[in-house]
Amino acid sequence: MRLLLVVLLDGLAYAAWLFLVSAGLTFTYGVLRVLNLAHGNLYALGAYLGATLLLHYAASGSEIAATLGLLLLAAVIIGILAGPLIERVFLRRVYSRDEEVQLLLTFAISLILEDVTKLIWGVTPVVADMPYTSFGSVRLGGISYPWYPFLLVGVALGLAGFLWFVVTHTRLGKVLAAVIADREVSATLGIHVPRVYTFAFTAGAILAALGGALTAPMFSLVPGIGADVLVISFAVIAIGGLGSIGGAAVGSVVVGLARSAAVYFFPELDLFTIYLIMTLVLLFRPQGLFGEIEIRRI
Amino acid sequence: MGGSLRFIPFLLLGLALITAPFVLSGWVLFLLTVAGAKALAVLGVVLLLRAKLLTFGHALYYAAGAYAAGLGVKYLGLHNGFALIGLAFVAGLGVSALLGLLVIRYRGVYFALLNLAFSMVLYGILLKFYSVTGGTDGLAFPAPTFGPIGLSEASLRAQLYELTLFLGSLLFYLTYRFFASPAGYVLVAIRDNEVRVAYMGISVNAAVYLGYIIAGGLAGVAGVLVGLSVGHITPDLAFWSQSGEFVFVAILGGVGSVFAPVVGSVLFEFVRNYAFELSPYTWQMTLGAALLLIIFFLPGGVWSLVGLTRTRSGP
Amino acid sequence: MSVLLETVGLTRFFGAVCALEELNLCIHEGDMVGIIGSNGSGKTTFLNLVTGYLKPARGCILLAGRDITLLSPRQITRLGVARSFQIPQLYLNLTVMENLLLALAARSGRVGLWARLHRQNWMREGQEILKQFNLDRYGEQRVAELPEGARKLLDIALAVALQPRLLLMDEPTAGVSTQDKFAVMDTLVSTLRGSSITTVFVEHDMDVVRRYSRRALVFDQGRVIADGEPSAVLTDAGVKRAVLGHA
Repeated sequence: MRLLLVVLLDGLAYAAWLFLVSAGLTFTYGVLRVLNLAHGNLYALGAYLGATLLLHYAASGSEIAATLGLLLLAAVIIGILAGPLIERVFLRRVYSRDEEVQLLLTFAISLILEDVTKLIWGVTPVVADMPYTSFGSVRLGGISYPWYPFLLVGVALGLAGFLWFVVTHTRLGKVLAAVIADREVSATLGIHVPRVYTFAFTAGAILAALGGALTAPMFSLVPGIGADVLVISFAVIAIGGLGSIGGAAVGSVVVGLARSAAVYFFPELDLFTIYLIMTLVLLFRPQGLFGEIEIRRI
Repeated sequence: MGGSLRFIPFLLLGLALITAPFVLSGWVLFLLTVAGAKALAVLGVVLLLRAKLLTFGHALYYAAGAYAAGLGVKYLGLHNGFALIGLAFVAGLGVSALLGLLVIRYRGVYFALLNLAFSMVLYGILLKFYSVTGGTDGLAFPAPTFGPIGLSEASLRAQLYELTLFLGSLLFYLTYRFFASPAGYVLVAIRDNEVRVAYMGISVNAAVYLGYIIAGGLAGVAGVLVGLSVGHITPDLAFWSQSGEFVFVAILGGVGSVFAPVVGSVLFEFVRNYAFELSPYTWQMTLGAALLLIIFFLPGGVWSLVGLTRTRSGP
Repeated sequence: MSVLLETVGLTRFFGAVCALEELNLCIHEGDMVGIIGSNGSGKTTFLNLVTGYLKPARGCILLAGRDITLLSPRQITRLGVARSFQIPQLYLNLTVMENLLLALAARSGRVGLWARLHRQNWMREGQEILKQFNLDRYGEQRVAELPEGARKLLDIALAVALQPRLLLMDEPTAGVSTQDKFAVMDTLVSTLRGSSITTVFVEHDMDVVRRYSRRALVFDQGRVIADGEPSAVLTDAGVKRAVLGHA
């Protein structure tokens, strides 16, 4: 019974993390139909900046609101700096070209950002785990559990709720839906499509950086964390269906719980759980759980 | 009579390449060998790009080949170079035959990233099972034998160079024949119009699968050749940046010709060698910037400078 | 004359729209059939279903008695059905000759890895086919550079090169200027006349159907509303109203 509880809690915590880091990737794909290979780098930049802000302004790292505020600030800064720059200067020029060219473009951006990160923060590990340690732990069912992962669960739920609300209940959401459905018709309706694209990409960048910032207190930051996150994010959204935020949420939960169970019962599988699930889902449903197949009209 | 004159530049080039060990220093020879070997992996990427299939995980097969050979040395005590190469080739072929079953159904983003994901899985496996793979320490390759010939240090380098030269040339020639064959053209047809290919009664899946395993085999051979030259392999061979390198060189050279990967690879290897020494933290940035330039100003790759367009269909 | 193609109760929906409704028809060997109908009458959907690109909600399709309803376009093509498209489906970055060579390679079943695509016998046959379609001067040109009419002809030539039993053409004169229309069809029909290929072409141009088919089928809202000798069928008021919108 206790074991089950641990598996469940671990699983939810991991699921929350997965959702936070992959939401931005699927959102950007959903609106722009571009898979941003620089997603991992934006995550890393968010993490590094978040850590830096924490180290400078929240030495004790004790207050939840202040911590979250700083991390959110880091994410927004990265998103606003990188988002419009990448989208308007580079990405915009390749919308009319093949998907492969777009991939190469974001790959090139990723290479550049990789070095930018190294140039700014160096290669020695950066550690900003004050929130993680100072938030302490709580006893649940006889086990001592750190608070921080629960914070992440809370933030993840909040984010999911927020995104759902925006998409279904706001005018912005309707505009996004219109652009996703048909870009040309949207333009004729008076929607300023290029601006929507810039906005969407920037939002995706902020989400990516937010994932990184929120994770910063949990690990020591080294170059290369972005690459892992990119691949994991892709696996999650492939399971859920590219472009579907709901899919990313479901995918995160499935993978989170499965991996958690694997860690306790089949430890060797740990890292591979996510890819096993991805392979299984894709074998039976190539477009993911909530994805769409496109048929060419002839 | 005029026709045969065309071959003279090639003959001269061939002669120069074969006699290079007598002229060039060990280090340059080494770089050429590694570049030539990696060119085979790049050729695999180019082959798939002809069908507009971009893979960000080709290092998977590169590493699979290298480690198959490495494990052959470690557990089977294999020392024969040809056996090791054969093992690597089979490994590259085999793993791609397995993963290809899932991967070939996909195009675009999915294809690119599924390959990436699987390559990082292999990376994880190579790191994790360190009792078998040596983890971050990797595996060593003692000097291979090629039949009854014993080797000293100096001539080993030359031997590996010549081996890479001849084996590489052979594989390049075979791939050239493939590009000129109906099956090779089907790949290009798939790029242009998959629907029409099906409406000609040709199996798109079979064609892509075939191309995929050929590309896998080529990368496997590349891996073992590099492993033999360096004398040592690590899990980095499977890392995404290695795949990225292959893609970069493929794009640099363009997909129009069979020679492009070699030229691109040699250029790349030499530039990287000196640039990385100068400034290790800006190398990837330089690559990124160069790639952006190619995307915006030179869609055919460097090869298009020699008068061949991006869309040239022949090999 | 035996029945080559038969559909029984063929039905297809696109969402709530019924594109084809309980379609029953028979095409006999040697027929030269023109299918006419206004946009949205189900003509292209019919071709897409018969060639396996789409699957019906109900009904079946028989080719020489064999049920091909669930087969893929590739499998149906291998059974002797070839098709041309409303918008020509070509390999834009290959040359005209290379497009044809691929069709010939496909037909011969010799899609191998070693021997060249550009082999003597295929190139000779390719040249002949190009000549038949008045495309021989375009042989070495990239298809992307071809004018529209030539692309249409090439699209059809690729289908004919497969030497099918049944040739289906989707609006062969669509997008072709009025003066070229008959020239294109003349070329086509004279080429087909020598062979025993059963031909079905879908058109929305009544003149073309009247002049070139031996039998006319009229589609309207997913059903066949007339079937018979072209001049008779096409002067019928009901048909005119359905196809042209007025009598």
